[in-house]
Amino acid sequence: MEVNWTLTRKRDALHVRAAMIRAMRKFFMDRDYLEVETPSRIPGIAPECHIDAIPSDGWYLHTSPELCMKRLLAAGYPRIFQITRCFRRGERGLLHIPEFTLLEWYESDIDYRRMMEECEELIVHVARSLGHEGAIDYRGEKIDIRSPWERVSVRDAFRRYSSVSVEKALESNRFDEIMVEEIEPRFKEIQRPVFLYDYPVTLGALARVKKTDPEVAERFELYMGGLELVNAFSELTNAAEQRARFEEEQRNRHKSGKTPYPMPEKFLSELSNMPESSGIALGVDRLAMIFTNSESIDDVVAFTPEDL
Amino acid sequence: MYSASDLRKNLKIQIDGDPYVIVEFTFSKPGKGQSLYRCKLKNMINGNQFERTFRSVETFEPANLREKKMQYLYEEDNQYCFMDTETYDQIYLTEDQVGDAKNYMSDNLDVEILFFGEKPLGITLPNFVDLTVTKAEPWAKGDSVTGRTKPIEVETAYALQAPPFVEEGEKIRIDTRTGEYLTRVKE
Repeated sequence: MEVNWTLTRKRDALHVRAAMIRAMRKFFMDRDYLEVETPSRIPGIAPECHIDAIPSDGWYLHTSPELCMKRLLAAGYPRIFQITRCFRRGERGLLHIPEFTLLEWYESDIDYRRMMEECEELIVHVARSLGHEGAIDYRGEKIDIRSPWERVSVRDAFRRYSSVSVEKALESNRFDEIMVEEIEPRFKEIQRPVFLYDYPVTLGALARVKKTDPEVAERFELYMGGLELVNAFSELTNAAEQRARFEEEQRNRHKSGKTPYPMPEKFLSELSNMPESSGIALGVDRLAMIFTNSESIDDVVAFTPEDL
Repeated sequence: MYSASDLRKNLKIQIDGDPYVIVEFTFSKPGKGQSLYRCKLKNMINGNQFERTFRSVETFEPANLREKKMQYLYEEDNQYCFMDTETYDQIYLTEDQVGDAKNYMSDNLDVEILFFGEKPLGITLPNFVDLTVTKAEPWAKGDSVTGRTKPIEVETAYALQAPPFVEEGEKIRIDTRTGEYLTRVKE
């Protein structure tokens, strides 16, 4: 049997990926973050309409470590990070693989604005450790990572790049379609990382509502080279409001013919102890795609499900 | 019935009574949003194409096609000739109907021909085919573990990337679903 060529050809990418993860750990350790590990198999995930978990012997494989990490925050661990495998059912494409790696971190007493800055600091640190200073070449476009990074609200992005307003898009259930077909491709042209922020409240089930604009939640995403890399919030800490939001998501799941998940009662009961915080999840595989100039997520993981 | 998560390139589905093949496929799912399945569909009877984005709640009828094992004989003036090896009946497909499959068809290859009623419309290839390399730069020894690739060409004039140790005259196995090199084949 000849050596497995699919694996041989990934050698450079796997080296970059490993160096990237080392740099991430160093960044957080130098800033006194505690690295934590939480279970991958949990009784239920945070109920969200469009996120589906893979069942595992009566429980589920986690789709993110969010619930357990917030329980740690509530118990007095103010700066924590985790690099872990997460699982999402039915997600497979050039940018999706059902088992993927998330870097998730939380910090107390900061809001999503400060979290944007920290996210930028992390990615610049990782880029430097890999020898990138000014611009990264990704799929024929430059991504200039020097400060300041572009910041655009969801409302402005729809005004600038879409034929309809964000309100109209939500009404006609076309928000996601317009994001993918009209807005995300335009982010490539900006040639800098883009923070997209202030999402409609209905699209941030675990995010705090903005005081000065109650129609939006303090949520942001980061795009580089047109790839969505990061999702973050100022965390919702009001347990009653969180329960109501989860119930709304459960109703939406029910309406789409999906099974509701058990309500995460322990999380909800401890949430009232959680200080004001901000949390963020970064797709490690997708960041590796940027640093290896890869078109497909398959190029930065040793094995895809189809290879097994 | 297929669900949206079954959609992929080359799947054949039925819309308004006509068979369609998915010629391009993209899965996307914006953060926390719903899954979107963007397809370019080709009507297998008249060749008309259109694009549509489906969502996870949609379901699809499999195309009502009959498969018959036939052997590829030859190509002439953009007509591809196939033969039923039991009855010796021959049928022809156009270059458009054959599509990407022409990259992988060497003479006498066994394939499945798709019939809509009595009309041949398309082709299903085996997942793996073995083809002879017709063009390749010579191998600079010692290059085998670096993961580098080099361009090669096979007997069908299809060009692809392969490991540096692949040489002219060798037979290689190609995955027809991805178009990628898999391994060398010793005969």
